[in-house]
Amino acid sequence: MIGLRFRYALLFLVLVFLQVLVLNNVLLGSYLNPQVYVLFILILPVAIKGWFLLLISFVLGLSVDAFSDSLAIHAASSVFMAFCRPAVIRLVAGRIPDDGPLVPTISGFGGFTIIFYSLILIFLHHSLLFFLEIFRTDELMQTLTRIVLNSGFTLVFVFLGFALLEGFFRDRV
Amino acid sequence: MRNLFRFIYRHNFFFLFLLLEALAIALTASYQHYHQSFFFNSANILTGRVYTVADNLGSYLSLRQENKLLAEENTHLLNMVKDNFLITDQDEFVKEDSLYRRRYHYMNARVINNSVNRRNNYFTLDKGRAQGIGPDMGVITTRGIAGLIVTASENFSVGMSLLHTDFQLSVMIKKDGNIGSLRWEGGNYRQAHMSYIPPHIELNRGDTVVTSGFSTIFPEGILIGTISDWEIRRGETFYTATVDLALDYNTLAEVYIVSNLLREEQQELEGSVIPGN
Repeated sequence: MIGLRFRYALLFLVLVFLQVLVLNNVLLGSYLNPQVYVLFILILPVAIKGWFLLLISFVLGLSVDAFSDSLAIHAASSVFMAFCRPAVIRLVAGRIPDDGPLVPTISGFGGFTIIFYSLILIFLHHSLLFFLEIFRTDELMQTLTRIVLNSGFTLVFVFLGFALLEGFFRDRV
Repeated sequence: MRNLFRFIYRHNFFFLFLLLEALAIALTASYQHYHQSFFFNSANILTGRVYTVADNLGSYLSLRQENKLLAEENTHLLNMVKDNFLITDQDEFVKEDSLYRRRYHYMNARVINNSVNRRNNYFTLDKGRAQGIGPDMGVITTRGIAGLIVTASENFSVGMSLLHTDFQLSVMIKKDGNIGSLRWEGGNYRQAHMSYIPPHIELNRGDTVVTSGFSTIFPEGILIGTISDWEIRRGETFYTATVDLALDYNTLAEVYIVSNLLREEQQELEGSVIPGN
């Protein structure tokens, strides 16, 4: 059995490379660029230490930034998303009991809760990301279109990711 | 003091968030100093390597099209070779003089990373400082302008694509030489907009748009595209024309880097007349 830490490290690399080598190059339309790497932040253990959650999200965002020539906009949005994560978990799943799910998964949280949880965080992430990218307030409609369309697309990919990784993170540590 | 530390420790989640967010925003807002902040971009050793490997794999898929483009360009160049022309004036002779001064110098490079679906698009080239590439050099193809080098490492460089918020280009309508300003307004990456065309100009669908000679970066007369539509926007007195770009930015592969050897001299001279230019 592979350790949980190793699995997360592997997922980190796979998601960053999937994002910068595949998803950033597949042309789905002029506005569409789903940010599937955020799945990593979503799927981190429920009880992860706050400071570690923020740091790993910062590093994740900065890795994507380094490949996308986007300064630090992914780092800023990822840290923001990580900051909101504990509050959103409390909002959608209530207080998680000690014998509750250790990792947010479809079987542990329920499919509906996972979708709701992902959608809120993805939307927060994308809102900051696409506003920081343009860094101005004109072209407001275009930016809003980008946020909404991409949130939807990212959600589809992220849910697929949750489904695929169901067995990968299910067993207890 | 101890209470302060205890307070920060108790709310470490919030304070660490503030710290990291401030750091990220500061890195982003330092955009003006982009040339200095090249640690986190696709021109550094690690990211550049990764893109080179990925491009080596991917380039096989487009070999046929690339060959076709190269063949077309070869034909074009062959047509310009001197041997094709008959010498009509036998009295002509050549003298070494200072009539011709080299102004532009070209180098070829390969695009190893590129995007078109963001609002601010960049591309990465497989050549850098060691090959003589530096900031503010132009990047062109046979079908149009790709962009502008913003930063270079030893062996890679990053260019700002024409598909970028901050990219503005002085262009002209080829048939009558009227000058305007070209900018990509997001959305469809095959179309940009040319503004400030005086309203008394007669425009036609299909009019060719080329670069004007006003840029200190790009040579005059490089193809940009053709006009497909025009209007006077609300609150403006000039025409804004929609330009169908000749270059498909999504298939960017082989490019030329053009450096203007007289650029510094021109800017120095202009700067001495117009302060702050």
